[in-house]
Amino acid sequence: MTPIRTDGLTKEFRLGLGRQRVVALDRLNLEVHQGEIFGFLGHNGAGKTTTIKLLLGLLAPTAGQAWILDRPIEDVTIKQQVGFLPEAPYFYEYLTAEEFLTFYGQLFGLGGAPLTKKVEELLEMVALTDARRLQLRKFSKGMLQRIGLAQALINDPALVVLDEPMSGLDPIGRRDVRDIILSLKEEGKTVFFSTHILPDVEMICDRVGILVRGRLRAVGTVQDLVGTSGVASVEMVVAGLTDAGIQEAERQGGKVLRRGAQVLLRLDDPSRVDSLVELVLRSGGRLVSLVPHKRTLEDLFLEQVKAGL
Amino acid sequence: MSRIIVIALNTFKENLRDKILYNLVFFGLLLIGSSILLSTLTMGEQAKIIQDIGLASINLFGVIIAIFVGIGLVSKEIEKRTIYTILAKPVQRYQFLLGRYCGLALILLVNTAIMVVGFFFILLVGKISLGSGLIKAISLIYIELLVIVAVAVMFSSFTTPTLSASFTLAICVIGHLTADLRVLGAKLQNELTKGILDGLYYMLPNLEYFNVKGPAVHGIAIAPLYVVSAIAYGVLYSAVILLISCVIFQRRDFK
Repeated sequence: MTPIRTDGLTKEFRLGLGRQRVVALDRLNLEVHQGEIFGFLGHNGAGKTTTIKLLLGLLAPTAGQAWILDRPIEDVTIKQQVGFLPEAPYFYEYLTAEEFLTFYGQLFGLGGAPLTKKVEELLEMVALTDARRLQLRKFSKGMLQRIGLAQALINDPALVVLDEPMSGLDPIGRRDVRDIILSLKEEGKTVFFSTHILPDVEMICDRVGILVRGRLRAVGTVQDLVGTSGVASVEMVVAGLTDAGIQEAERQGGKVLRRGAQVLLRLDDPSRVDSLVELVLRSGGRLVSLVPHKRTLEDLFLEQVKAGL
Repeated sequence: MSRIIVIALNTFKENLRDKILYNLVFFGLLLIGSSILLSTLTMGEQAKIIQDIGLASINLFGVIIAIFVGIGLVSKEIEKRTIYTILAKPVQRYQFLLGRYCGLALILLVNTAIMVVGFFFILLVGKISLGSGLIKAISLIYIELLVIVAVAVMFSSFTTPTLSASFTLAICVIGHLTADLRVLGAKLQNELTKGILDGLYYMLPNLEYFNVKGPAVHGIAIAPLYVVSAIAYGVLYSAVILLISCVIFQRRDFK
């Protein structure tokens, strides 16, 4: 079973009086695999939320098709197996945490003792048992995000879709959300979430997709995308290098920055590091330090955004 | 069906805790109560003044609650994005809309009942007998509120809260004056204008149809058939408006 599949999914908006066309999502072809955590990356306005709204039927696609759990998205019954947390959620503020979850459970046709039990479990999972009788308007932002996660899980969904689940949270809140996402994967659920907080993605995602201006620029595992060796550049600090040696190093492709008696050499091609070290030693210099710089998802993301603009 | 009931009951519960509602009901009761003071200023017509003010208060505050709470139920939901979580559940859009409508109808029933209890209490204090005309007038006020809420829901299914409120308010005012459209049309020579005015007359809700406050206060008999036909008209009109709302809402994009 494929949790999410899209084929040429496109959404255009018509804005303003001139009805100017804006393509928010451009022919998206995406497949999310069973049981994985898929991170959907993109800058603000890249089309992440549009994609999610299309998948959940909040927007109608201009062209293309999509399937959730092998059924077309137009079929409302698929939502029986989907959990969703919108971005910056706002909920019924006069309901208590317990009533809120019960209400959402009832929308799935749940009720009675099983629902009461499920509500209790979820409140415990998101550490809100003490706040169960508190109205949501008295909740902090982090608490709202946690109760939002709980409502997304009330139906024990096979697919969980989270829109920016970590935005606006403090480091502890982010760690909590990360832990919950990982525990969902352990239960065999598929998690699809959008974000622009890259360290979180590197830490927990099995695969990522990068969306730039409505177009999917890259999809794959984090390792595949940033390269297996992972070393993108090397920086070395050298002392006692002669002017001739510096010129030679520049010729070999090193970027030179003088820092008093020391020189910082930066090499963008890591394979040439050996010959440069040799050169330094030959010209009477002394190697103070050598630091390899790994290519991070952030570098890749910035590259893709730059290329896509 | 059960999802409509779940949403209706949630709507009811949510709004029962909203303080704005209590304020409105409080002022409604205050106005009804003030009828005793005002009635002492007149000679001989005290009973009529009390009944007149009482019914008018129930009607006025009912309309205010219907418009402002009614608008909030759908368009605020969209503005605040609570609707995203609801529609991401296995809930059809029409179920959401009808659930909201039923919940609001329930709230209006309770509010009207509270004000009616206050009104009857004042009648008791003023030793005024309770005629069947008053009951009929109050029933039709409630039907009028159901029509207004349907209109409010329709506007809020496609436009912003502020615009919905203004449009619904406008329909409320015009709705009490539709008979004039007919009169005006009859006086005009131009067939086209006449046709347009006639069309508007049938399209807009005839809210004056539900107004039997005058006969009720003056003890003039109101025919049961009239009440039945007014109720039928109100229910049918609301049903059509809700159907249109559902169609509009079904196609709406939630940006």
